[in-house]
Amino acid sequence: MSDDKVITANNLTKKFGDFTAVDHISFDVHKGEIFGFLGANGAGKTTAMRMLCGLSLPTSGEATVAGFDVYKENEKIKKSIGYMSQKFSLYEDLTVKENMEFYGGIYHMTDKFIKEKTGFILEHLHLEKEANALVRSLPLGWKQKLAFSVAIFHEPGIVFLDEPTGGVDPVTRREFWNMIYEAADRGITVFVTTHYMDEAEYCNRVSIMVDGRIEALDTPSQLKKTYEATSMDEVFLKLARKAVRTAD
Amino acid sequence: MKQFFAFVRKEFFHIWRDKRTMFILLAMPIVQIIIFGFALTNEVKNANIAILDNSKDAATASLTTQLDASRYFALERNIVTYKQIEEEFRKGKIKLAIIFPQHFGEDLQHFNKAQVQLIADAADPNTATQLTNYATAIVNDYQNRITNERKLPYTINTEMRMLYNPQLKGAFNFVPGVMAMVLLLVCTMMTAITIVKEKEMGTMEIMLVSPMVPQLVVLAKAVPYLILSSINITSILLLSVFALEVPINGSILLLGFESILFTLVSLSLGLLISSGAASQQTAMFISLIALFLPTLMLSGFMFPVENMPLPLRIISNIVPAKWFYIIIKSVMIKGLGISGVWKETLIMAGMMIFFLTMAIKKFKIRLG
Repeated sequence: MSDDKVITANNLTKKFGDFTAVDHISFDVHKGEIFGFLGANGAGKTTAMRMLCGLSLPTSGEATVAGFDVYKENEKIKKSIGYMSQKFSLYEDLTVKENMEFYGGIYHMTDKFIKEKTGFILEHLHLEKEANALVRSLPLGWKQKLAFSVAIFHEPGIVFLDEPTGGVDPVTRREFWNMIYEAADRGITVFVTTHYMDEAEYCNRVSIMVDGRIEALDTPSQLKKTYEATSMDEVFLKLARKAVRTAD
Repeated sequence: MKQFFAFVRKEFFHIWRDKRTMFILLAMPIVQIIIFGFALTNEVKNANIAILDNSKDAATASLTTQLDASRYFALERNIVTYKQIEEEFRKGKIKLAIIFPQHFGEDLQHFNKAQVQLIADAADPNTATQLTNYATAIVNDYQNRITNERKLPYTINTEMRMLYNPQLKGAFNFVPGVMAMVLLLVCTMMTAITIVKEKEMGTMEIMLVSPMVPQLVVLAKAVPYLILSSINITSILLLSVFALEVPINGSILLLGFESILFTLVSLSLGLLISSGAASQQTAMFISLIALFLPTLMLSGFMFPVENMPLPLRIISNIVPAKWFYIIIKSVMIKGLGISGVWKETLIMAGMMIFFLTMAIKKFKIRLG
């Protein structure tokens, strides 16, 4: 069972001076899981995720990602994970192909691999005709799907998604989540933060952060039972009402 | 290594796809050289002058011819009265008036003494000084000639030689200055902007999460601008030599080496600014105000530093362009070798190391 855990966190804490952004959180994520990291703005989700990605060092506590320690094996973590940010990760003034070639190169992929994978993704997303089009000319939904494909281009074991569906219509969001399912089926663990509560229903397990602490961690159906709610929205509201902090 | 090249390739795409900026970056030095070299000059040429000849003898005729022949003067017309002179000045039609009194030639011959009056429009004191100097020089020249013909004893002649730049061409001043300004703009400002752009767009974060070494990110951003600067320097030097007739008396290799050193100093400054600026506009603003303006004023190519008050002279020592300007002048125009500029070179190298170290340190801190 312990081999199964791709992310572990134990009393993970991050302080900025007197301010405790992340307050002793502990949780595990299993291989192939779609783990939703929920919380209001300012609850500490992004800070926690940044520690797991190697973007910032924790103040105290322990954590491992893909079996590597976040304090000492930062570089190994970076090679084993993928990341997609809110702002997507694509360069608008580069073409679809150029973006993929760039990220492939950054992650040390061989030329052969890059060529094959690029072709595969273009086919898979039906973007063959747009291969040499600038990314800025693509509609938002396509950009999003492309950004996800690029995030897992190097076939990492874990992919971190930071509010990947911001500003996108519900239909496109559904399509995007289909892609996430496909990735999870292939064994990629998905760690996703979001403030869309309906997306919480799509996850295997969900944690809800309030004021830097994890107030709930369970499957969506269990949470609804525990909090006597009919939707994750309700669960969240019941928990978030106790919140003291608001977004900056 | 492959990582690095993938990154440099991307950077070239960015620059190449932004045609407007690229055009400005490549065309700007050329335009500046042409403007400074040909159009703007603080030499005075073809200034309108008037001569009031109350004597009208052989001596005044001779002097008039000489004044007229000088490329600095354009003889408006021969004025008849004193009052007309006032009119002409007021209307701004002449900048200098030369007045010969009556019996000029006679006085010269019989009393060995005569006077000439020069009246200049000193609303622009620089021009006025230059014009009176030129006119005085011409008069002295004439004086020497007639004195020599008389063969008087104990005459002291002053011989002037303008070393390195006998024609006193202003272009010699401007070429090093333009080089410094162009490098500063391209390397410092553009590097700072491009790094801050990644921060703004959010792609910097992606870079930090990737296995890309952060220092390489910064280096890869600098490389295209290094190449762009080299192209600019080459075009500036070519233009200077062939269009402005500024010579390269020293070693071209040394010139190239010093230029690259200054480029690196500028790049380090760009990196330092980028680590402190939060937006592209801030980066641009800091580059212009904190760097470009002092360079223009305190580097010595527009205004001589030696004439400035002590505090400003001290401050000018930390303006990198000041040392670059001295080096370029020494190598290009005076033809000195490394032995003549080693002190300044060392200072610039020291500056580069200092700025680079600080930039790298600041970059690392942000990761924590």
